[in-house]
Amino acid sequence: MTDDRSEMSEDDAGDGTAARSRNSAAGDYFIPYPDQVLENVLENVLVFLKSRRDRNAVSLVCKSWYRAEAYTRSDVFIGNCYAVAPRRVTQRFRRVRSVTIKGRPRFADFGLVPRDWGAHFSPWVSTMAIAYRSLEKIHLKRMSVTDDDLAVIAHSFPTFKELILVCCEGFGTSGLAVVVSDCRRLRVLELIEDDVSDDEVDWISCFPVDIPTNLESLTFDCVESPINFDSLEKLVARSPFLKKLRLNRYISIAQLYRLIIRAPQLTHLGTGSFSPPEQQQQQQQQQNDNNRDSDFVSAFAACRGIVCLSGFREISPEYLPAIVPVCANLTSLNLSYANIDAEQLKPVIRHCHKLQVFWVLDSICDEGLQAVGATCKDLRELRVFPIDATENAEVPVSDVGLLAISLGCRKLRSILYFCQQMTNAAVIAMSKNCPDLVVFRLCIIDRYRPDHVTGEPMDEGFGAIVKNCKKLTRLAVSGLLTDRAFSYIGQYGKLVRTLSVAFNGESDIGLKYILEGCTNLQKLEIRDSPFGDSALWSGLHHFYNMRFVWMSSCRVTRQGCTNVARQLPRLVVEVFRGDGVEGGERGDFVDTLYMYRSLDGPRADAPHYVNIL
Amino acid sequence: MMHLKETELCLGLPGGGGCEAETLKVTGKRGFSETVDLMLNLQANDQSSSSTDLMNDKKLQNSSKNNKDVIKPPAKAQVVGWPPVRNHRKNLMAQKSHNEETEKVVAPTSTGGSGAAAFVKVSMDGAPYLRKVDLKVYESYQQLSDALAKMFSSFTMGDYGSQGMIDFMNESKLMDLLNSSEYVPSYEDKDGDWMLVGDVPWQMFVDSCKRLRIMKGSDAIGLAPRAMEKCKSRC
Repeated sequence: MTDDRSEMSEDDAGDGTAARSRNSAAGDYFIPYPDQVLENVLENVLVFLKSRRDRNAVSLVCKSWYRAEAYTRSDVFIGNCYAVAPRRVTQRFRRVRSVTIKGRPRFADFGLVPRDWGAHFSPWVSTMAIAYRSLEKIHLKRMSVTDDDLAVIAHSFPTFKELILVCCEGFGTSGLAVVVSDCRRLRVLELIEDDVSDDEVDWISCFPVDIPTNLESLTFDCVESPINFDSLEKLVARSPFLKKLRLNRYISIAQLYRLIIRAPQLTHLGTGSFSPPEQQQQQQQQQNDNNRDSDFVSAFAACRGIVCLSGFREISPEYLPAIVPVCANLTSLNLSYANIDAEQLKPVIRHCHKLQVFWVLDSICDEGLQAVGATCKDLRELRVFPIDATENAEVPVSDVGLLAISLGCRKLRSILYFCQQMTNAAVIAMSKNCPDLVVFRLCIIDRYRPDHVTGEPMDEGFGAIVKNCKKLTRLAVSGLLTDRAFSYIGQYGKLVRTLSVAFNGESDIGLKYILEGCTNLQKLEIRDSPFGDSALWSGLHHFYNMRFVWMSSCRVTRQGCTNVARQLPRLVVEVFRGDGVEGGERGDFVDTLYMYRSLDGPRADAPHYVNIL
Repeated sequence: MMHLKETELCLGLPGGGGCEAETLKVTGKRGFSETVDLMLNLQANDQSSSSTDLMNDKKLQNSSKNNKDVIKPPAKAQVVGWPPVRNHRKNLMAQKSHNEETEKVVAPTSTGGSGAAAFVKVSMDGAPYLRKVDLKVYESYQQLSDALAKMFSSFTMGDYGSQGMIDFMNESKLMDLLNSSEYVPSYEDKDGDWMLVGDVPWQMFVDSCKRLRIMKGSDAIGLAPRAMEKCKSRC
């Protein structure tokens, strides 16, 4: 604090020094000069300002406000780890408690980014280890994190409390062991869809024993290795603050039962496999079934506080009704790993009046979705995933299910819907019935599929969505689309920040409509669409305002990309092949273009197959 | 672009002229059956592709799919990363449907890459944890050796990898190595036997290696005679 103050007094040398000399003459009473008072006030006010957009706006007012804002920002969000170097962040924001960093582009989740592309956490953690001794929270998405990085976390931040890793890889159970044993103040450890290597280390047993833990949230459902159940049970028993517990599929339903009776205070539960262990004989199972059922039901009944249920990784559907006692209170239910049909869903879903978030597999069919629409009047978010993720598969959900949802769930804000066929009518209906939609992601798995009733392109459906859903910020399109669809998006999609396009479009005009019309566009991901250099060029005015642009298997050439790179020196333009082969091109066109602005120039850690133009 | 026409997949009219294509654009209607026909009859569509003049004034470009994969009628060829379901989820669903409960799915989940990987566990005596390596990533013993040295460098303090690969032909050198405190790699083969790494040709090793263990030379001495026998009988 004193450093900043003296800096300021050097800037305003005239008044400052005069004030100081006056003051020292006056003796002990120190009258701060006006600017300093303002800065004090500002800092005290800014402490309450949490929104990053507001903070960014504040920092632009003037230097003094910039400094005050930088001094009081405790949560730093880095949307693209290559947009800025770690050093720059730690030098601007000195007193940071929480860091969120996102790395790889989203299409990496679908195998379109080769191994070792980047997004390494190491340079970040080593810089922060020195600069942010009071760091309490790290939240990473799509980063490469090593066991050594986890060790650095465990040993550099004495008050470390929360570690959340989403879609990360590069570490294993040995790294987890170090974190849980050495982060004595750990409250939150959430591993969500990570690729965790099995180092055969019993990490659950590495929590400090014989003393109560501070654990509030423990999520490890993605960890594909067995867990020492004894240790886990004892851990839960000595974690009085534990509210969120999400188990992996190596926990059987019998073990689940033992855990939840020890933790009736749970609010969020991931049930693990939700099936009996394999070793159990059939006869034994039948004998125990009756007792078990009533036990489970009563166990769940004792967990009055459960509002969020997930897991069901290897569900034995006959056990599903055991959750009925908590259904009336549930606000979130994730059945997206549970292969159940409509008849198995209905007895459960009809109790879920308060449900706001529902993730499910398409195995429940349109009929199951109708049941959802009939009961879940408060639904805000729906995700329907395909069991069979191949084209031309039988997909039991369609426009019928979508329509039923739109009629029943008027408050819907976010939808992700996989299907094989769709109609414009159903999509238009949804746009009118659910005007609060913020996220609309429709994936017609069968590519280039038009409206299966009228044979028309899906232009009008998506057009209605952007026109009628005035709050829409995220859109993913699919099916057969012509330039017209994109003209609608450009015309009406003024708030759209994220747009995903795949196997769509007719000509460059489509992309031009987008780049010229969607003034708030931040993230653009396009694959296998016929957009070329002239379309890319039309976005020059906007690329600096975006977090990234991804175009793979389109019609942009190396020359076209180079032209853009030349025009926009602060833009990092990466060209590579999705299979990691050198060169970056397939035939005449660039295989993958990934570009983003950066304050610190191109990255130094790009692998050999990435060309930075 | 002209020379790509033959292989180009067009969603324009089949065999139609330029003005018809324009009319179609205006109304936006396109029969479903026509579309299906187009996609199924691609390879035979030499005539229709010439009907779409890519250089016309309106710069109408017909939709084209990148020719990296050819559509095989009637089912479309599988494309990487489509539909956009996370590999994590795909693997889990595939696991369930095949009822393979015994072993974990081996292929890496978060990255692309084709072909089955050959992951084996690597343990090192004295190291706190295991690693896994994909043997298919390497093409020779030397590459594997370098990778292992790097992986376990913090534990070996230079005791591993400095000697290079074991020379089985030189008996005395081998015995020296096995008597020292240097680390040597050993592996468990398909028969369950523990062998010294390097005794068989590389590809044979990749196919038969189930697990790796890096142990002190002096501990590996029991493996040596068998390794040398096998090696001699092969030469």
